[in-house]
Amino acid sequence: MNLDELYQEVILDHYKRPRGAGLREPYEGESHQVNPTCGDEITLRVHVDGGTIGDVSYENVGCSISKASASVMYELVNGATVDDALARLSEFTELMNSKGQSEGDEETLEDAVAFAGVSKYPMRVKCALLGWMAFKDALVRAEASIPGRTDA
Amino acid sequence: MEAVTKLDVDAVRADFPILKRMIGDRQLAYLDSAATSQKPVQVVEAMRRFTEHSNANISRSVHTLGAEATEAYEGARARIAAFIGAPSADEVVFTKNSTEAINLLAYAFQNGSLDPSADPRFRLGPGDEIVVTEMEHHANLVPWQQLAQRTGATLKWIGITDAGRLDVDSIPEVITERCKIISFVHVANLLGTVNPTSQITARAREVGALVGLDASQSVPHLPVDVTELGVDFIAFTGHKMLGPTGIGVLWAKADLLEAMPPFLTGGSMIKTVTMEGTTFAAAPAKFEAGTPPIAEAVGLAAAVDYLDQLGMENVRAHEKELAGYMLERLETVDGLTVVGPRVPIGRSATVSFTLEGVHPHDVGQVLDAEAVAVRVGHHCAKPTCVRFGVTATTRASAYVYNTHEEIDRLVAALGQVRKVFG
Ligand SMILES: Cc1ncc(COP(=O)(O)O)c(C=O)c1O
Repeated sequence: MNLDELYQEVILDHYKRPRGAGLREPYEGESHQVNPTCGDEITLRVHVDGGTIGDVSYENVGCSISKASASVMYELVNGATVDDALARLSEFTELMNSKGQSEGDEETLEDAVAFAGVSKYPMRVKCALLGWMAFKDALVRAEASIPGRTDA
Repeated sequence: MEAVTKLDVDAVRADFPILKRMIGDRQLAYLDSAATSQKPVQVVEAMRRFTEHSNANISRSVHTLGAEATEAYEGARARIAAFIGAPSADEVVFTKNSTEAINLLAYAFQNGSLDPSADPRFRLGPGDEIVVTEMEHHANLVPWQQLAQRTGATLKWIGITDAGRLDVDSIPEVITERCKIISFVHVANLLGTVNPTSQITARAREVGALVGLDASQSVPHLPVDVTELGVDFIAFTGHKMLGPTGIGVLWAKADLLEAMPPFLTGGSMIKTVTMEGTTFAAAPAKFEAGTPPIAEAVGLAAAVDYLDQLGMENVRAHEKELAGYMLERLETVDGLTVVGPRVPIGRSATVSFTLEGVHPHDVGQVLDAEAVAVRVGHHCAKPTCVRFGVTATTRASAYVYNTHEEIDRLVAALGQVRKVFG
């Protein structure tokens, strides 16, 4: 068991200094996700501005993997177009499901490739995906609310 | 110090092949028996012998194997009854696990509440009260919550002190004349607290309530005698007491089993069936619908034989010694806080703790890299976590095969956690 592979410097750094943490206004979609086996939780908000992600804000409790993953996700999707953000989401999900067989594309996933090692630990994959699941859900809610918006 | 315990731990360990397992390049240190225990060769062998030699369905066939299987299954029931001091084997109902045993009991109340002719002790409605404690495993909380919601009864609970003990001073106030059933945990799976039973049973007698005990963490570790305990029901589970998964027990006093409506219905639990209606067999058959876990019952009886051979007093003494050592050594770890009683009195060798600044998931991962197996999370006791202001803990739990050296390895591995997370 190689701990360094799991707890890469990048991951520990995001864990200790999470980017974009805290809940902010405005937002159109909010999601609360729990990992029922360990009790980790995240509340995440998405603000969509035209076709781009205007802000992702979140509050979470959890292990280093789930907290670092949310922080890395913030950097990847904040300011990206909705289409690009969704592409990162499926790319990251695929990496997490790769059972250690994929290294991830650093061009597109940037710091998130550090999580490639996590995919070998089935008990931790859920931790890494918790924030992304919240993002996906909040985005669906945000997009559903947009046509009815009057302040846009 | 070890001389005071009469358990020959080296000999015990030799019966558990899994303890030789290597995780990476280190030998497994299994400190997660509160989640599930390991099984000795005697249990595996008894199940194998039964399966290879006598396997058949019970109580249905006249052939030789059918008779042998029935005898093995009913023999296991008698063996388990003797182990817990039950006056009759018919008071032992086999279930799938503790969870099913507790649901069986809760559903007896629910079904009783729907039937105006049911025994009044099993009829609940608005104004009636059900009492549990704040330190329950979800298995002894959720079924009662559901029962309260469905019948209109009120669920109340006895709180926990900061020291991790039941708030016994509140008993007279929480358990009132309106209470019909109190169901509480004997040994708490997160805190490790061993609850005294006499105050609760005495108060229950005063108000005329029935008493159930979740003995999942006590029957494996302490001598348990149901007549001495003075409770009406106990539930426990095979896989935590050196036995297989898939089998558990509900013990209840004979007259209560007779009065209780059945939970699951179908084959093997009937007296007669017509298209219009059914009459039920006597207990325990009334509560064992369908083909039961037969080989598992044989395995559980072998586990009970094994524990009896060790002697439950010796098991208790060994674990008391380990609990004391674990607490003493853990207190030396920087930033570590024990959640639960901090003295080895009235507590089991199950110790939950937090490590400042490091999430239990990460603790568990680093310990696994050192081949030390512990459990992390909320341990199916979320309300207990909330009571102590934590979302999760790391929990180390010892059993008959654990050693001082394994506890030393746990403590050393916690030092490793500090290195990774600074
Ligand atoms: C105190 C307590 N009650 C009930 C249970 C449930 O046991 P099972 O999952 O075997 O039904 C457990 C086991 O986790 C427990 O520790």
